[in-house]
Amino acid sequence: MKRRGSAFLIISTLLVIMIVVAISVGSVSVPLDQVIDSIFSGTGGSGGIVRDIRIPRVIMGVLVGANLAVAGVLLQGVMGNPLADPGITGISSGASVVVMLVMLYFPGASASIPFYGFIGSMVACMLIYLLAWKNGISAIRIILAGVAVNAMLGGVTSMISILNSENLTGVLSWLNGNLGKKGWSEVRMLVIYTVIGLVLTIPLSKSCNLLALGDKNAKSLGYSPNVLRILISIVAVFLAGISTAYVGVIGFIGLVVPHIARMIMGTDHKVLIPFSALLGSTMLLLADTLGRTITAPYEIPVGIVMTIIGGPFFLYLLRKDQRRYGH
Amino acid sequence: MDIKKIQFSYGDKPLIHELSTTIEKGKITTIIGPNGSGKSTLLNLIIKQLKPKEGQIAVDGKSITACSYKDIAKMMAIVHQHNTAPEDLTVERLIAYGRTPYQSFWSSKDEEEEKVVAWALKVTKLEGLAGKPISQLSGGERQRAWIAMALAQKTDILLLDEPTTYLDIFYQLEVLNLVRELNKTYGMTIVMVLHDINQAIQFSHNVIIMKHGKIVYTGNAIEGVTTERLQEVYGIQATIRWCDKNCCPYMVPIAI
Repeated sequence: MKRRGSAFLIISTLLVIMIVVAISVGSVSVPLDQVIDSIFSGTGGSGGIVRDIRIPRVIMGVLVGANLAVAGVLLQGVMGNPLADPGITGISSGASVVVMLVMLYFPGASASIPFYGFIGSMVACMLIYLLAWKNGISAIRIILAGVAVNAMLGGVTSMISILNSENLTGVLSWLNGNLGKKGWSEVRMLVIYTVIGLVLTIPLSKSCNLLALGDKNAKSLGYSPNVLRILISIVAVFLAGISTAYVGVIGFIGLVVPHIARMIMGTDHKVLIPFSALLGSTMLLLADTLGRTITAPYEIPVGIVMTIIGGPFFLYLLRKDQRRYGH
Repeated sequence: MDIKKIQFSYGDKPLIHELSTTIEKGKITTIIGPNGSGKSTLLNLIIKQLKPKEGQIAVDGKSITACSYKDIAKMMAIVHQHNTAPEDLTVERLIAYGRTPYQSFWSSKDEEEEKVVAWALKVTKLEGLAGKPISQLSGGERQRAWIAMALAQKTDILLLDEPTTYLDIFYQLEVLNLVRELNKTYGMTIVMVLHDINQAIQFSHNVIIMKHGKIVYTGNAIEGVTTERLQEVYGIQATIRWCDKNCCPYMVPIAI
């Protein structure tokens, strides 16, 4: 208990430090005292940069990082499978196809893009569940079904890109996962969605714990495991689908974070979920800040940074857990 | 508990045909029979893990078909054959999950929890291991922990699906003695599936002998197991001997 308490304290401190660093670092570096000043007063100059560009971007990072990490924890709980994440389960690619179509063909509907993102991810996720379902969901089948459906959706994405190559610049930077260029109105909406989604996870943590005892035990303790699965999945798809609709595809954060969180906090979802949220925020901010600074003045989209970090981690997990999850 | 004409099949394959029987309250009833005879299926039908195609199961005159999973979880508990739990889950927390049926969807505390968990730990002699992760227990201790979780449901009926499989003979006897004590001291109705015929005779009041999804015999355990019936049900030749030590017959298999 004490150990968990200090882990929460440490990750919160790291997140605060990361937020400050992310605000002050960049193509124009802003010293700390000016960062604080500009939050409360300044417009124009570095104050303007902080208020209108950096802070919205940092808030986006905090929200999206938390959402994707929590979605990963929930999906892994639902499937009893540590390799599940918003990428493999089709949530990201489903959202991206639908959002891309809306962006290109119905630019007037951009206000309701999060809604379309949610629908797209829901459909793709359901499709993969159905394909992978056979007396339960096995680790291997979900990955195979995920590969197939994701490849297909990726093909659709490429096809749409080719057909619309003239006006693709905006879409492309979104597609690669980009926290930048977001205004305060978008930030405000995502805050609302995130609060709704994360609050819903509080009662669901108990359901995740019950599923970890196996379907039979969940049932004999009074709950239908499939009803629990559906409820948890809807919240996971909501969190990840909405986030993808705003910032594009950011892979692996929903995979890497829950694993590290589990090593530190154990498997009780009551603490695992909030801890993953904080760790997810910190890690995504770190990745985004690296992407902005490492190759300045060029900016690497955070989605690409996460893929480069996350890919090897995924392979490591696959090897490490081969005996437990290979069948 | 009354079971009336239940039928069940997996897809097209019928597993239970028009099965009817009565399970006596306050007694230990053991279901035995060859592999694939429908023993575990019957147990799972009783607790609505599986739903019968036709027929009725009633406990104290109340049909379980109409009951929610939660209501059933307050009437009867089950120890499943294969159980998995997260590696770091402690005995105490596992047992506390037995309180789930008495808690609301979002909360995981109820007034009785502490008292009941302490009682379940004591009955299963796990007090010293309360804070230990399940994964670090021996096979026998682990089985007792799962029984303790079922006890925390505070039900009158306890079902056990092959509770002694995978345990060595010491832990088998330990588990069966615990089952007997639960029946004697707390008057629990016990229904279990066992593979070992001699243990079934020794530890049960009644046996239900099954073959091909039908009941061949139901009633007193000592009278039920005869050489003719062993030949009929299992296809083995055996003799029945009498053990003076525990005043109980036992069967010795001779040939097939």
